[in-house]
Amino acid sequence: MENTTVLIAAVVLMCLLGAALGAVIGIFVRIFKVKSDLLADFALELLPGANCGGCGYAGCADFAKALAAGKANPSGCPVSSAEQIAAISSALGVDAGQMERKCAVVLCRCDIGEVRHMNYNGVQDCAAAHLVGGGPQECHYGCLGLGTCARKCPFGAIEIIGMVAVVHRELCVGCGKCVAACPRGVIKLVPADAEYHVYCNSPKKGAVKRQFCKAGCIGCRKCERSAPGKFVINGFLSQVNYDAGEYPDEKVAAAFTCPVGGLLDVESRIAAARAKAEEVKNK
Amino acid sequence: MNKSSRTVMTFSGGIHPLGDGKSLSNKMAVVPAPLLDKYFVLLSENAGKPPQPVVQKGDKVRKYQLLAAADGFVSANLHSPTSGEVIDIRKVPGPMGLPAVAIEIAADGEDAGEPPFEPITDWQNADPEMLKKRVAEAGLVGMGGASFPTHVKLSPPPEKKVDTLILNGAECEPYLTADHRLMLELPEKVVRGAAILAKILQVKRAGIGVEINKSDAIDALNKFGSRYNVEIVPLKVRYPQGSEKQLINAITGRKVRSGGLPMDAGCVVQNVATAAALSDAVTEGIPLIERIVTVTGEVVVEPGNFRAKIGTPAIELVKLAGGVTEEPGKLIFGGPMMGFAQKSFEVPIAKNTSGILLLPTKVSLNYATTGCIRCGRCVQGCPMKLMPCLLSTAIEADRFDLAAQNHVMDCMECGSCAYVCPDHRPLVQNIRRAKAELRKQAAKGN
Repeated sequence: MENTTVLIAAVVLMCLLGAALGAVIGIFVRIFKVKSDLLADFALELLPGANCGGCGYAGCADFAKALAAGKANPSGCPVSSAEQIAAISSALGVDAGQMERKCAVVLCRCDIGEVRHMNYNGVQDCAAAHLVGGGPQECHYGCLGLGTCARKCPFGAIEIIGMVAVVHRELCVGCGKCVAACPRGVIKLVPADAEYHVYCNSPKKGAVKRQFCKAGCIGCRKCERSAPGKFVINGFLSQVNYDAGEYPDEKVAAAFTCPVGGLLDVESRIAAARAKAEEVKNK
Repeated sequence: MNKSSRTVMTFSGGIHPLGDGKSLSNKMAVVPAPLLDKYFVLLSENAGKPPQPVVQKGDKVRKYQLLAAADGFVSANLHSPTSGEVIDIRKVPGPMGLPAVAIEIAADGEDAGEPPFEPITDWQNADPEMLKKRVAEAGLVGMGGASFPTHVKLSPPPEKKVDTLILNGAECEPYLTADHRLMLELPEKVVRGAAILAKILQVKRAGIGVEINKSDAIDALNKFGSRYNVEIVPLKVRYPQGSEKQLINAITGRKVRSGGLPMDAGCVVQNVATAAALSDAVTEGIPLIERIVTVTGEVVVEPGNFRAKIGTPAIELVKLAGGVTEEPGKLIFGGPMMGFAQKSFEVPIAKNTSGILLLPTKVSLNYATTGCIRCGRCVQGCPMKLMPCLLSTAIEADRFDLAAQNHVMDCMECGSCAYVCPDHRPLVQNIRRAKAELRKQAAKGN
């Protein structure tokens, strides 16, 4: 009989204790309630959660807050697809706006140019290698190929093929993390619909570049004469005029022959890098 | 210096490199390098602003003639190593890996010129300001490696009380023997230089710290020490005994605060080669145009010490040493611990090039590293009492803020930590990266 009393007493005590503590928690939750913006929370749910920072805010939560406050536009998110952006816009009841899609590109063909490398056996990081006498290569503007950008990319869009980095456009969202990580400034954010690029980043004189790189732009201006307005010549370096709105296409590329073969579309560039890496490996 | 001069002084921390390689060249007397056809005098030799050229392409120059004048206070004059013609002022491979501007001089073979300054024979009674002016005129820089203009170090701000002059004759870097041979062969110049420096700074105490593995040099210096009132302090063989802060600690027992300069501890430290060059500048009136360079390494046929003119390409000195027995794996200007690996044999020597070291391929291998095992050997070895293991792991994770909190900026990059690391982790390179990054951030912040 006694056992039953103890059992009942214990159960009752536990129930009372639970109720009391629950009440305390309930009170404290009210006191310390974090005020959240429902709209921002809602926007955050719809955002991809990559926290890449490509929108210019500290992460998806920060961007969602800006969206809710009307300070940002849904199209500022480089990761979301057009449908996702449309969904966010309609949910928030704002106009999606227009945002030019960007994509990173590594403007270097040092693998093809066979740029001379010193024997570098230090830290396998581009920023560290660049500090050692300007890097192990003869060219101080090209890709170091140690993969700091690839490690920084939240989307795995950068691949190191042989000794050079290439960006896979289908994965790249244009967040610009690689651009910030590259000590050489060889990665550029360009409009995603630009197919052709001039793969060189060195402003040095053509004759100087030719001493150590077969693939460097020599600044002959053939491209600019063939398609005026589509290229900008900066010293001895020709670059696609990304501000023009219309970018060089197959017709432009076919209209003249680049003496160093530096004007290439993205797919051919990756294919060439693979072929070269294979060739070097078999040697 | 309060204690008996035969007590062997040292600092705490540091390492003792095994097989220091000094025996390769420490018995070889200094040989003057023969006159070459061409010299490449680097403009950016000194720390601080590079001097401005005062000669032009096509100018005829005499030996000792001023080639480039100091640009501002923290800058040093540059003089012609020989007589001849200025062929060009152009970029050549520089000692820091990047192309550097050099004045190319074609020697006329006469090597003729007049000392440009009036010799000050009675320097004991000369005006200290006049002597300091001579230091600046003669283009003296720290010849131990830092290449900092000497006259700047001799001008402490009035609120800093300097009472001790220390000459660094420790030569703690393995392989190098240039300072050793200098102290052995020209001890009076070194001691006189010390006395002149003491006169300029108007300090009572002047000492020369020498590691006891150079006992012959200590004996040679002791012959002149009492005459010039300069004390010779034997030091324990320990790396980095020749580092300013460690030398001050070993000799005076004082400590330089974090981020401070030797003058904060009342000391000025100069290299023995700088002192000898100062002696020449004062008593003979000649500027700094040559220095002793050790050419050494296991792959060098006849390692030795050479008196070479500033601007001599490294290849010429290697040829003088008989060439190499095999393809070297690494060419280093300076010692193996703190020297700089070079990309080309064409790099000319500068005022701070104390050695040309050629290491065989087998010691310059690419070591595979795994991860820090927290053994703490680097912490024991660090003479600055830092924790290189912690710094390195923080930096590898891009946590430069954490590295800064742990005083990464106090690191002098002596390499003791990387030397003792059982995993051959590139600790110094990581730290250098953090220092560069933090300097960049600081510059951006201002």
